[in-house]
Amino acid sequence: MTNAPTPSIAAAKQESGGALGFYGVWLLAAVALVVLPLIFSSGGSLTSFSLIGIAIIFALSYNILLGQTGLLSFGHAVQYGLGGFLAVHAMNAVASHNWPIPLPVIPLVGGIGGLAFALLVGWVMTKRAGTVFAMISLGIGELVASSSLILRSVFGGESGITTDRTSLMPMFGWTFGPQIQVYYLIAFWVLVSAIAMYALTRTPLGRICNAVRDNPERVEFIGYDPHVVRYLAYMFAGFFAGIAGGLTAINFEIANSAYLGATQSGFVLFSAFIGGTAYFFGPIIGAILVTYLQLGLTSVTSVWQLYFGIIFIGIVMFAPGGIAGILMKHRPLIRAGTLGTVIPSYLVAAIPTLAFALGIILTIETVARFSGGDPINLLGIPFVASAPTTWAAAAVLLVGGFLVARITWRGVAEAWDRAATVARDRGYLA
Amino acid sequence: MAELIVISTLNGVLFGMLLFLLSSGLTVIFSMMGVLNFAHASFYMLGAFFGYQLTRWIGFWPALVIAPLLVGAVGMAVERYGLRNTHKHGHVAELLLTFGLAFAIEEIVSMIWGKSPVDYRVPAVLDFPAFTVFSTNYPAYKIFMLVVSVVIFIALLVTLKRTRVGLIVQAALTHPSMVGHLGHNVGRVFMLVFGVGSALAGLAGVIAGPSLVTQSDMAALLGPILFVVIVFGGLGSLPGAFIASLLIGLIQTFAVALNGSLASVFGPLDPSLGASPLTDIWNVTIAQIAPILPYLLLVLVLIFRPMGLLGTRES
Amino acid sequence: MTAAIQVNAVEKSFGNVRIIRDLNLSVAKGERHAIIGPNGAGKSTTFNLISGHIKPTSGEIRLNGEVTSGLRPFEINRRGLSRSFQVTNVFARMTVWENVRCAVLWATGHRYAFWKNVDDLPEVKQRTAEILDDIHLSHRRDVPAGLLTYAEQRELEIGITIAGGASVIMLDEPTAGMSHAETERAVALIRRLTEGRTLVIVEHDMSVVFGLADRISVLVYGHIIASGTPEEIRGNPKVKEAYLGEEVD
Repeated sequence: MTNAPTPSIAAAKQESGGALGFYGVWLLAAVALVVLPLIFSSGGSLTSFSLIGIAIIFALSYNILLGQTGLLSFGHAVQYGLGGFLAVHAMNAVASHNWPIPLPVIPLVGGIGGLAFALLVGWVMTKRAGTVFAMISLGIGELVASSSLILRSVFGGESGITTDRTSLMPMFGWTFGPQIQVYYLIAFWVLVSAIAMYALTRTPLGRICNAVRDNPERVEFIGYDPHVVRYLAYMFAGFFAGIAGGLTAINFEIANSAYLGATQSGFVLFSAFIGGTAYFFGPIIGAILVTYLQLGLTSVTSVWQLYFGIIFIGIVMFAPGGIAGILMKHRPLIRAGTLGTVIPSYLVAAIPTLAFALGIILTIETVARFSGGDPINLLGIPFVASAPTTWAAAAVLLVGGFLVARITWRGVAEAWDRAATVARDRGYLA
Repeated sequence: MAELIVISTLNGVLFGMLLFLLSSGLTVIFSMMGVLNFAHASFYMLGAFFGYQLTRWIGFWPALVIAPLLVGAVGMAVERYGLRNTHKHGHVAELLLTFGLAFAIEEIVSMIWGKSPVDYRVPAVLDFPAFTVFSTNYPAYKIFMLVVSVVIFIALLVTLKRTRVGLIVQAALTHPSMVGHLGHNVGRVFMLVFGVGSALAGLAGVIAGPSLVTQSDMAALLGPILFVVIVFGGLGSLPGAFIASLLIGLIQTFAVALNGSLASVFGPLDPSLGASPLTDIWNVTIAQIAPILPYLLLVLVLIFRPMGLLGTRES
Repeated sequence: MTAAIQVNAVEKSFGNVRIIRDLNLSVAKGERHAIIGPNGAGKSTTFNLISGHIKPTSGEIRLNGEVTSGLRPFEINRRGLSRSFQVTNVFARMTVWENVRCAVLWATGHRYAFWKNVDDLPEVKQRTAEILDDIHLSHRRDVPAGLLTYAEQRELEIGITIAGGASVIMLDEPTAGMSHAETERAVALIRRLTEGRTLVIVEHDMSVVFGLADRISVLVYGHIIASGTPEEIRGNPKVKEAYLGEEVD
């Protein structure tokens, strides 16, 4: 082009302002990761933090596919699991040969495992996007999960393959026996992976992934092959999933075929989607929440997975942007200063909505414990599953809560419209 | 050997017909509404459990009629109150909704009926050997299953060729983009198609339940195979789904019946080689790889014929 | 001199229906060429054939002398041809800035790079800003494309099309659905932005066609019945017949 360059201040303005905040956020995250175990130092919370950290990497890697590139995968655990297996084999090999490789490098091996598999199958898989990709990812997932039970020498059959993380050479005097050392190893990789994945969204490839997500047809007319773009995204997702798998292998000192399976693939989808796929931080929220609920609910109720299903369905139907989407929706209102006009309607709606939620919980627990089991403890009130009073309470909460909630949510919608209109008038997009 | 072939062919055709009861509904729903119904196999499972419960309460024959109708009603409710509201968020959201439903249905079923198999028995009237091939008694109930699925197959064919809704469905299969122009009752047509598809899946569940295992993981086991069937047959192609159903039914049944391995054909490997993937593959029997055969087929189809057997479009 | 676009005896059938019959078209370098014709004549199909969106059943298409029929759209784009769409076809969830920037990336050689910060590429930044200024959307740079007004989306569509710096630009009904004032603005924009490049345009608005084009081809039933300067086309009896009383001027 021969046009004389027109100076554009607008272009330069935005990025310089974001840089400070950008480094600030990561610094804050690093500090939080370091300080967290000092505040909550019990063994249980250390284990939880470790699992949450791994879940964050895994969910972020999933979002490279779903949120960034628009690829819905039902088999993301394959790369995660294969990364885990490769890490276990690598640890055993390093230990038996006394190679001078310390444990913190092992997750990278896991990443290479995930990457290698993606490299191998990705080209065929990413030929098409959408529903077809979803089905193929499911099929490949089943294929690998079933094959792992046949190839016993590699995958160890039902029991899996064990390892000993302390058998590798120590680093800086750390043997990685105690959970706290493993936690810091995981925290390190969480930070590195999250920064790397965030950086990826800021590269030419990352942006073209977004373009492929929005409109693959148009991408072909600006010089890009959407198939190549999807393939590259699939490889990056596989790499980071493999890192998460490697960390899991270190954390549990075992890899088994459950790592590869449909349940694991389902949970990462839940995490990413519940958290919100449209924003980078969405899957982080989702991973924290889902892992926390998973750990917390198992001791409270036997049907905790059902609650996941219900939360997931609720999000899909009523808030497809996930938690991050809900939060970010309020940003223009906050900026325009009209959030205050919405909050009262929220408070009004909260009460019947809570009643409805309690009704669902009471109903589910009544059914689950009908044929025996502990009494239901709901907000400190004991309910006996076989008592008709319990059924009546459940029915009242369920039906009454639903009917009243529906009316109050209409109020929320109206308040929202007013607040959003004002925000728009003041120049903030809503 | 001849005995094995006859019995396996019968069982394979039977399994294939069951698969077609499911894959036909899945194909039609996918073509018309663009929704890949992840919960389709869950409706099959619901059919089996409703059939089991109703059989205990009111007997098998009423259950055979009522259970599929119940499942159909559940399907219609899912379409009316779930999918229709999610439609505005796109196909991915719809797919995810059915995925969540499949997950929730499995949890609900195992909450009510437990995780272990229930005692869903073949009705006494049909609990006798229909005929004997060589030394194997072939159960009358399986013949009954075969008859039911063939009758449904013929009924479907007639509906498709002779009725108005059938013609709409056919038009939608060949020209998916035209579905929007069906007129103001498109919502009702969708609900009906979804209901009938679910009811068929439910029926498959009712009749398969006593013969196979009725357990809360039966949907998760069958679901992925259904997807293989419709991809393999070609998305949106009913004849393709039919051929793929039979083919996969036969392949899986024969594989399960065959005990041969590379070791049994070529002799065991030298033990000095030790344990390796090679020895695993050498010693695995065909019966053991039966579960992965459909997925191997899927991969092969994707590489060599991405539009499936009889499909016309790639996606 | 080789033509920018040379279409030789191209046929296209869908099933048994021949949409394009013996299509021959030559567009010289630097020329502004309009394709007109009644609805259903195959104008959009012609665009789709030249840009690689669909493949011809037979015949040959050349871009700057090189055979491009049979190539994929992105391969043709990389050889210097860029097109817009009749139905707005932008990246809806991305901002205006990102829409244009994506269209700049390949041409500036950044391709699939995953080791560069996209915000840190001076030439990309500068070129994107220039194009936003050109299409008068600088003040809307951070708005998701899906939220733009219709006219703005049409302008963005043109911006994406020219952003890669292709030497051959094809615009499919760029002013469709615009008001009179918007159309005038768009025409001025097109005239300025395609200066020194080859332009092929499909347009229904005859004032746009006759005001903009150096040469015009008339497509009827998938066949070009006349090709020439605006004056030649105005005087051509076959064209008048094809339009059957429709106003040509």
